[in-house]
Amino acid sequence: MIKIRKNRLYAVLFIFGSSLLATVLVLTALNQNINLFYSPSDLFASNPSPNKSIRVGGLVQKGSLVRIPDSLEINFTITDLKEEVTVNYSGILPDLFKEDAGVVATGYYDQINNSFQAFEILAKHDENYEPKEVVQALEGK
Amino acid sequence: MNKTFNNLKTFYHKLGSSPWFYKISGITIPYVALFSFLFLSIGIVWGVFFSPTDFKQGDVYRIIYMHVPAASVSQAIYYTMTVAAVVSMIWRMKMAGIFIKSMAPIGASFTFLALISGSIWGQPTWGTWWIWDARLTSTLVLFIFYIAIISLYSSFSEKKSADQAVSILTLVGAVNLPIIKKSVDWWNTLHQPASIKFTQSSSISPEMLYPLIISIFGFYLVVLLSGLMAMRAEIAKREINKEWFKNY
Repeated sequence: MIKIRKNRLYAVLFIFGSSLLATVLVLTALNQNINLFYSPSDLFASNPSPNKSIRVGGLVQKGSLVRIPDSLEINFTITDLKEEVTVNYSGILPDLFKEDAGVVATGYYDQINNSFQAFEILAKHDENYEPKEVVQALEGK
Repeated sequence: MNKTFNNLKTFYHKLGSSPWFYKISGITIPYVALFSFLFLSIGIVWGVFFSPTDFKQGDVYRIIYMHVPAASVSQAIYYTMTVAAVVSMIWRMKMAGIFIKSMAPIGASFTFLALISGSIWGQPTWGTWWIWDARLTSTLVLFIFYIAIISLYSSFSEKKSADQAVSILTLVGAVNLPIIKKSVDWWNTLHQPASIKFTQSSSISPEMLYPLIISIFGFYLVVLLSGLMAMRAEIAKREINKEWFKNY
């Protein structure tokens, strides 16, 4: 390789390397903030302020969903299979919200009662796709 | 071995020649057009009308046949532009600059399509059009890089300096590519991890996967087609006064 091209190659490596380094430093510094939500275990460990709105995510525990009659209010438990937190919410739910499925709730955490007052509920679905008929046939067995 | 290397080297030099590229692309474009039409229509029609309904999401999941291919090509285009940027910086190959200039608007369009189709998919399933999670944000950053490349290019009047400046910007933006790919694994996101896996069995059933793969292939062919056409137009624009072009 002739000398001038070698020097240009070093320039390429330098530009790429320095932008990579800058990005890694930024991402390391922001690491906690890039996570979209706290898992219930993170919540206990980090102890967030009750006046700041945060997100908690995990699975809706099976059998925990309670609908208050004649209102839009519901109670349920978010679990990460280690710790859990009780959520209260009143409003419209996304179609995919159900027990034993992923959920991300935005709201305020009350540490004393280990309860979470949510003002927004989002459903988090997984990456599995199966034909409806196949699943119904398997469940019918 | 030595012969293969020499053939590759000849091919590389040919790629650098705009008259050769203009001629070859003119011949291949009709075939690429035919195959991209075939693959895209089979993939989309099969996916939208004949693939089974999903057990969890119902019929809304069918937007996958547009969302995943668009997201896939939007990143692939940037990878090829990065290679072209390195070639342009080290060897000052004119065609590499033409390549970046022509591909950036195509990449921007497909990134836009991925963002929009994802948004339309997110509303009924997640319950929101947009969320600032790592996957969505890094894809938006990709879109902004495409827009920045297009604007930086147009701010130069001299093609040679435009090619060099744009190459540097392209190289800087390449850092974002692994972040997009790994964002769903490194951080908590609302977006789910990948369904198509290369090292283990995919988490999407085969009868849904086949039309998806055909559709992805169709999108890549459309990118190839539009890339060839855009590059031809750019060559014509830059070399309109050259002797070979007048005699073409």
